[in-house]
Amino acid sequence: MMVSPEVVELSRWQFAITALYHFLFVPLTLGLSWLLVIMEACYVVTNKQIYKDMTRFWGKLFGINFAMGVITGLTLEFQFGQNWAYFSQYIGNIFGVPLAVEGMVAFMLESTFIGIFFFGWDKVGKIQHLFATFFLAIGSSLSALVILVANGWMQNPVGATFNYHTLRMDLHSWSELWLNLDAQVRFVHTIAAGYVTGSLFVLGISAFYLLKGRDIAFAKRSFVIAAGFGLAATLSVIYLGDANGVEVATDQKAKLAAMEAEWQTEPAPAAWNLIAWPDQAKQKNDFSIQLPWVMGVLITHSLDQQVEGLLPIIAENKVRIERGIIAYGLLQKLRAGQTDPVTLAKFKKYQDDLGYGLLVKRYAPEVVNATPQQINKAANNSIPNVQTLFWTFRIMVGCGFIILWIFILANIFWLRDTVWNKRWFLRLTLYSIPLPWIAAEMGWTVAEVGRQPWIVNGILPTYLGTSSVSTHQLHFSLAGFILFYTSLFIVELFLMFKYARLGPSSLNTGNYHFEKLTNV
Amino acid sequence: MLFEFTTYQVIWWALVGAVLILYAWTSGFDLGIGSLLPFIAHKNDERRVLINVIGPTWDGNQVWLIFGGGAIFAVWPAVYSTIFSGFYVAMLLVLWTLFLRPLGFEYRAKIHNATWQSTWDWALFIGSVVPAIVIGVAFGNLMRGVPIHFDATYRSFYDGSFWQLLNPFSILCGLVSLSMLVTHGANLLLMRTDEVIFQRCLVASRLFSLVFIICFAVAGIWIASGLMGYQLIHLPAHPQAELFHTVVHKVPAGLLHNYTIYPWMIIAPVLGFTGALLSLFATMINKTVVAFIGSMIMIAGTILTFGFSMFPFIAPSITHPNVSLTLWNASTTQYSLAALFWVALFILPTIGLYTLWVYAKMWGIISTKIIKQRDHELY
Repeated sequence: MMVSPEVVELSRWQFAITALYHFLFVPLTLGLSWLLVIMEACYVVTNKQIYKDMTRFWGKLFGINFAMGVITGLTLEFQFGQNWAYFSQYIGNIFGVPLAVEGMVAFMLESTFIGIFFFGWDKVGKIQHLFATFFLAIGSSLSALVILVANGWMQNPVGATFNYHTLRMDLHSWSELWLNLDAQVRFVHTIAAGYVTGSLFVLGISAFYLLKGRDIAFAKRSFVIAAGFGLAATLSVIYLGDANGVEVATDQKAKLAAMEAEWQTEPAPAAWNLIAWPDQAKQKNDFSIQLPWVMGVLITHSLDQQVEGLLPIIAENKVRIERGIIAYGLLQKLRAGQTDPVTLAKFKKYQDDLGYGLLVKRYAPEVVNATPQQINKAANNSIPNVQTLFWTFRIMVGCGFIILWIFILANIFWLRDTVWNKRWFLRLTLYSIPLPWIAAEMGWTVAEVGRQPWIVNGILPTYLGTSSVSTHQLHFSLAGFILFYTSLFIVELFLMFKYARLGPSSLNTGNYHFEKLTNV
Repeated sequence: MLFEFTTYQVIWWALVGAVLILYAWTSGFDLGIGSLLPFIAHKNDERRVLINVIGPTWDGNQVWLIFGGGAIFAVWPAVYSTIFSGFYVAMLLVLWTLFLRPLGFEYRAKIHNATWQSTWDWALFIGSVVPAIVIGVAFGNLMRGVPIHFDATYRSFYDGSFWQLLNPFSILCGLVSLSMLVTHGANLLLMRTDEVIFQRCLVASRLFSLVFIICFAVAGIWIASGLMGYQLIHLPAHPQAELFHTVVHKVPAGLLHNYTIYPWMIIAPVLGFTGALLSLFATMINKTVVAFIGSMIMIAGTILTFGFSMFPFIAPSITHPNVSLTLWNASTTQYSLAALFWVALFILPTIGLYTLWVYAKMWGIISTKIIKQRDHELY
């Protein structure tokens, strides 16, 4: 039975919306949790009340954000089964493993100790409380690690083989799954981005208090901690993002070429498209401004290696599709019981390209009788949307470099002790708060759109991964998510703004700005 | 590999059951208390008592559900994909109502406004009572069998609608689930509250343990009097590769079949009743800890009854019985089961230790007086 294109389209939109929405909350949890650890460690070491107040106040904002992270994460766990049933069945043997481990190892730790973090101040010792906060932070970072192992496997499916008996992928190497280089670079890049988000959040809101001239001591200390942590994190993100690019260059050539809108393989060292207007149908750029040499050096870190263009990749994919069609035909024979050694040996030779055979199934349901036109169509559609990748990647990198400058300046200015009066800089910092979120959302778009047309790179095409649900059900769920998520977002932002404006006065300790006003 | 494939399959069947019991033991009382919220706590202070009893621990408790979902994905990918997509609307109902709980706990106290707070109280109520019932309804449908089939590529299809899930037997199972969790919630409150709330909880606990006993008994009679069950007639040598070569028959009262082969299994329903009765009597003589142990036994007995009655089925097909999902044909490979087993072996006891530590630190009576004293730190 053929999957309805509308079901595929709606399922993809629903996953994209709910996943990007989830990632509005995750980075702040990742980053803020470690800032809480640092602030509380200062409290334990110095025994100064102000550090405890800092931990508790930023913890309040953490809590508002955390609740949203929890519920939106639950959505994703349900959605693999609800909307991507065939994917779940096909690769559950591998992908399910990190998901189960995440619940058991990471999320449990995080969610259990958050209770102590909020309510345990008078119930456990200082050191014990610091440990609880530490477990909260380590739990959330571990959670990101495990989820990125799962995602990294979808990008670079290692350690598994296709089983023609059960028609699914079987994991054969636990260590390859966990030590997948793609997953590792992706994890450190993502988590460092979270640390940047947390830092700029604290930096920007502290700048707001400084601009308003209230709770100065509190704001200065928060500012300094965020500036230091943020600079280290931003440098890591950029360095690791570069490492990520190198990794993508080896495992996902099409994604890289699409990010750079490079259609032909240019002689090394290739020029870099600063700005371009890619046209997918004509398979060329309508317009581009190029910087000579830059791309070759950036991507390959050398002067003599080439970066493969999209058109040669399409040509290679066409060969793989043709091999995949043979593999598909052999699979049919094996399924029909023709399991003689010759057929088996032949299948073994071609089975790595089986996924490419499935690509053509979209245009030729029988696969084996695909016409050259259908094969060409499948090959041309075997690369991601260039326009989307080219621009989302540039927006992400652009945000990253603005953030880097903010942290560099923040550190220079506070070391010179001049930042407190630089109103323009404080205002700039405040209005930069959204930048890490924009970068993160763009980054995930690059990662996920860039993997298309695959749900598991080279193994399973996205359109085959869906469930056998109806378009009615999808309209219902998509409308429900949009309605729910929009209203919850308004509530969340309302509370976040309310408490950020209120500042540490919300702790009711009697020591801060608004409380002093009412006391007078 | 330490064990045979089939041994791992049975171990994971037991572990998933254990996770389910742990979820019901812990998050179960959270759901029960949420369901009781509008009825046994009238004033704002009283509602805050209930919310703060579970405030520090609800989040960790709820992770058992998330781990359960992940474990089912990893251990039985076929069940996870078929059932989550088949029960599409029901799953959304559970998911969307579960949304209301973390937000209710976290956001309710953030604004001191009566309308805001009472809105979140009702949200907490809906977020507790709907999942408690729908999860029970889902289990009822698994016992009756679900309209699933597969095509030659093992793609699953569900040939039913949301409304068909709401059949009388499954609704009865929903009531079993709700009454069991509400009793458990009331029993936790008995240990952690005083005065008027304590008195109301006594009434609630007795009432709902009675409702449970009646519903549980009616479900048993219903099954015994001929509810169609399933019996595995022929299992091929490689159940996963030969999904279409299994033979399953529908038989009246088939859910009792296992008890004739393994009579010791009768311990499960006996525990279900005994636990409920223990809870009921303990509330008569004010032994609150005993009552809580009673509701734990009741929960374990009920879930074990489900597991024992179904074994080896997880999701039998009412329309195509031969492709019923069992723990033999739906499980993942031996390699993945073994790897996960070792992780679970080390991690689950660790979770037990730190969770108990957190509970121990956060234990104690919560009264309206304490709420007033610690007004600013509590929910």
